[in-house]
Amino acid sequence: MIAFWVLAPIMVVAALGLLFVRKAVHAALLLAVVMLSLAVLYLALEAPFLFAVQIIVYTGAILMLFLFVLMLVGVDASDSVVETIRGQRLFGVIGGLVLGATLVVGLSQITLGTVTGLEDANEAGNVEALANILFSKYVFAFEVTSALLITAAMGAMVLAHRERLTPRPTQASLAAQRVRDYAESGLHLGPLPPPGVFARHNAVDTPALLPDGTASEASVSRVLAARGTVRSAPRDVEAVQRSIDFAPDGAPTARNSPDGRSTVSSRGPGSSPGPAGPTSGSTADPTSDEGGN
Amino acid sequence: MDSVTPFIVLSSILFTIGAVGVLTRRNAIVVFMCVELMLNASNLALVAFAKQHGDLDGQIAAFFVMVVAAAEVVVGLAIIMSIFRTRRSASVDDASLLKY
Repeated sequence: MIAFWVLAPIMVVAALGLLFVRKAVHAALLLAVVMLSLAVLYLALEAPFLFAVQIIVYTGAILMLFLFVLMLVGVDASDSVVETIRGQRLFGVIGGLVLGATLVVGLSQITLGTVTGLEDANEAGNVEALANILFSKYVFAFEVTSALLITAAMGAMVLAHRERLTPRPTQASLAAQRVRDYAESGLHLGPLPPPGVFARHNAVDTPALLPDGTASEASVSRVLAARGTVRSAPRDVEAVQRSIDFAPDGAPTARNSPDGRSTVSSRGPGSSPGPAGPTSGSTADPTSDEGGN
Repeated sequence: MDSVTPFIVLSSILFTIGAVGVLTRRNAIVVFMCVELMLNASNLALVAFAKQHGDLDGQIAAFFVMVVAAAEVVVGLAIIMSIFRTRRSASVDDASLLKY
């Protein structure tokens, strides 16, 4: 009973949180708390097999499926607070309170008598006793369950399947498309520049710096940019260089140009974060010349 | 021997919270989680009554509820996915084509 009185408030708070959190991921985590506590309560109720099944099936499989779908649908798909039906939320809460009050008051009216307990039934072990009933008395329901599971798997496959309407792009066609883009709009031919080229941060959310000192938007992931979690490159480049004791004659070829801007050369021709178009091939040379002047 | 009444009361509270969640939440996935909460609450009642009567049939029933819930989640999430693909939204209010 100690487990119950410890876990019951936690479960009720977590379940109430399910009603109030804005993000679906937080709701999934709160539901995980409820389900794990429920598994412990099963143990207190002499159901060790259901304890294991609850953790494996509910917390392990079903909640992970929820999280998968949340990732596919988009984590930031949070609830809107606009009511389509006027007063629906109010009436929902009132109806819920009436239902809860009815259930709790009704339960407090009845007396359940003495608890028989499962010592006799579980004498040969809970799993063995459950198997005895499952494969004798409930064997037909068990067989029907297999049909249900197969139908569910088929249904999920049919619902999630999507016919391909366009031919699959091959590597040759992708390469041809790149060259065509280069010829028509001057789009850079090589791969996108890697993030975090600048000295102070080496993280993927720090944009690479172009030779003129501006940040290259192509170097950070589109998803990070959409979430607004991209770090800005440090503005005062010289202060950063002083703080890390950066010698201009060191191994990385970074120099101060006369107008105070720093120039950082690219790591190689393939990763050049230079401006788009045909002029992007030789970013390192002009900048080092400029720095030398 | 302790009474199982607290377990039944907890189960009814959780069921009520789940029902209110189904009625008030907008995000289809959260609505689905609230349905799962209701199923879990009924499972708790079944297991508690199994202990009350000293009979394992309640645990078998809870086991079958879990199996059906697993199948239901698979199909339901696939439906949510396909609605999201066509309507770009996981809100239950946006799936209202039959209204017009």
